[in-house]
Amino acid sequence: MLHGYGPAILGGLWVTLSAAGLSLAVACLFGLAGAAAKLSGARGLRWLAEAYTTVIRGLPDLVLMLLIFYGGQIALNALAQRQGWDYIDVPPFAAGVLTLGFIYGAYLTETFRGAILAVPAGQTEAALAYGMRRWQVWRRIVLPQMVRHAIPGFANNWLVMVKATALVSIIGLDDMVHRANLASAATREPFTFFMLIAVIYLSITTLSLAALAWLERRYSLGVRKVSF
Amino acid sequence: MDWPVISQNLPAFGQGLVMCLKLLVISLATGFVLSVPLAIARISAHRALAWPVWAFTYVVRGTPLLVQVFIVYYGLAQFQAVRESIAWPLLREAWFCAWLAFSINTTAYTTEIFAGALKATPAGEVEAARAYGLSGWTLYRRILLPSALRRALPQYGNEVVGLMHATSIASTVTLVDVTRVARDVYANHLLPVEAFATAAVIYFALTFLMVGGFKVLEHRFLRHLKPQQAVQR
Amino acid sequence: MKMSALSRRLWCTLALCLSAASWGVFAQTAGPAKVRVGVEGNYPPFSRLGTDGKLSGFDIDIALAVCDRLKAECQLVQQEWDGMIPALAARKFDLIVASMTITEERKKAVDFSDPYYDVPSRFVARSGAFKHHTAADFKGKKIIVLRNSPRAKYLAERYKDSEVLLVNKETDVYLELAAGRGDVGFGSSVVSSEAFLKRPEGRGFAQVGATVRLDGGAGGVGIAMRKGEDALRERVNAALKGLRADGTYKRLADKYFDFDISGAQ
Repeated sequence: MLHGYGPAILGGLWVTLSAAGLSLAVACLFGLAGAAAKLSGARGLRWLAEAYTTVIRGLPDLVLMLLIFYGGQIALNALAQRQGWDYIDVPPFAAGVLTLGFIYGAYLTETFRGAILAVPAGQTEAALAYGMRRWQVWRRIVLPQMVRHAIPGFANNWLVMVKATALVSIIGLDDMVHRANLASAATREPFTFFMLIAVIYLSITTLSLAALAWLERRYSLGVRKVSF
Repeated sequence: MDWPVISQNLPAFGQGLVMCLKLLVISLATGFVLSVPLAIARISAHRALAWPVWAFTYVVRGTPLLVQVFIVYYGLAQFQAVRESIAWPLLREAWFCAWLAFSINTTAYTTEIFAGALKATPAGEVEAARAYGLSGWTLYRRILLPSALRRALPQYGNEVVGLMHATSIASTVTLVDVTRVARDVYANHLLPVEAFATAAVIYFALTFLMVGGFKVLEHRFLRHLKPQQAVQR
Repeated sequence: MKMSALSRRLWCTLALCLSAASWGVFAQTAGPAKVRVGVEGNYPPFSRLGTDGKLSGFDIDIALAVCDRLKAECQLVQQEWDGMIPALAARKFDLIVASMTITEERKKAVDFSDPYYDVPSRFVARSGAFKHHTAADFKGKKIIVLRNSPRAKYLAERYKDSEVLLVNKETDVYLELAAGRGDVGFGSSVVSSEAFLKRPEGRGFAQVGATVRLDGGAGGVGIAMRKGEDALRERVNAALKGLRADGTYKRLADKYFDFDISGAQ
């Protein structure tokens, strides 16, 4: 039924999942940095983070990807030429992961910022009173408690990001959508292959929702729940 | 920065913008009209009504829009039965396929938004309405729907902006929108920054206008939920 | 866990090593011994991608033969037609061997070698739908053609009364034609027969009128390279001449075509 393209599609699934996973990691880094910047005392940092989130969230994913990918390549090449280096070849996977991570870092900035603000101020005050240094407060007190509040927003962003990896096929990533394109062109059966990858995406979504529900329960241990 | 290239392509960008807005408006209208009854069904106590709608929104929200567009545009054309049906003169057009895919997608998301807002109706409003003798369709028309639609405004605003961003995906199925014009300018002149930055400015301006517009609507329609100012003595 | 001065230094060294290693992964040297060639993989019989992921076709054979003559190791890089010239400019590869027609417009962006083949174009439609391919015949009809190509320019100049549907790659022309999204397709004569007319999906379709030669500088297809790479161009041209001289070209062409594709006048 799949005319021998099954393994090719599964290979694409692996690329999709690893791209989404790595992008999430990169996005978390950008998100934490952005949230810290937005909540910091330095006005310059706050302004920079504000510009970052506003611009990224104000543009379509596809346009951002095209701009960062092609613009970034040209900029990198110009830099390499000026420095006298040999060319720098950025593989599409790395480019896609960095681009997606950068874009979704903006959305995660807002999620993390809200989550950090949800941790009661008294926690920070008490920690400082104990003599902990700023980064110790951050690492030992704020971050662990922040995770529980961040999970819904984080889950949402993960689900959106898995679907956004489909767009990275347009800048040349050899993922599931790209493989489905090749398979449908060769077999003239686009419906079969696009439906197949739709089902695969749905399975990823379902499994992710189950995993994230478990994560939420795990991080909410000890929190009293209100019942109506 | 090569300004002449930008200025000589502005008319093309303008036409792409018109295409984007046309697609956005017809998809939003369809989505809105379909999602109100679907949202009512979604929160209904009858499982036979609620479950199919839940399945629909789950499937559509769980798959990427790009794949949905490809299924409608490339996938349906695969079948001889479709090519010989009466719907074919419409289904062979790229704009129709894009409208269909976007409408289905926005219906699913909007249904969830409205269903959530309906479910969150303050119990007191419903009790008071029933005490007045309102029930059935009148209850929905007079009390529940206006209340829910107002409270859904912020999230619906996000959905509208999201759909506007998603119209850039129409460029992948031969429609000439802002993103396609930008890609053509890049292909012809090899100037990615000029091409995509122009597109970015257009989309950003649109986003800004829409977000501002929704803020105005929220100010008007959600005034009853704003924090009350302390009375000046 | 207090971090001692020692462990702090260890972390810093580790971080530095990681960044150096990743830099090494990205930066590579493009010495003269390796030539990267951009190919399409979706333009039968000139280039096709098999289910095993292997590239084959006339373009591929020519690319490998030229590399051989240049005494360089060939690295084939598959690239979507849409982004072919931008990828060359971004140094993803050094040569394009993808049946790229030599046009004045493209010469503004890239340099071309001597042409390595030349075939005419043809209109394809449902058998009997059209007698000839004049502008009057196609008035009000939809013609499908590859975006940003010399054929698209030809249509824009001569078929002003027809609607034009632009697609992203040449094989899409026949995909959309078969799906009924256009009335007539306009493309390379060889590709239209190989990718469409000779296959089951092309049944019921035929050429309209005589083959068409695009005028105005469209003198065949060439190997593209970045502007200013004159030394490379000399070497590639010498390689192509060598291929023709010793019969390699004819041997490769005979594998795919039973007519003379070289376009020699």
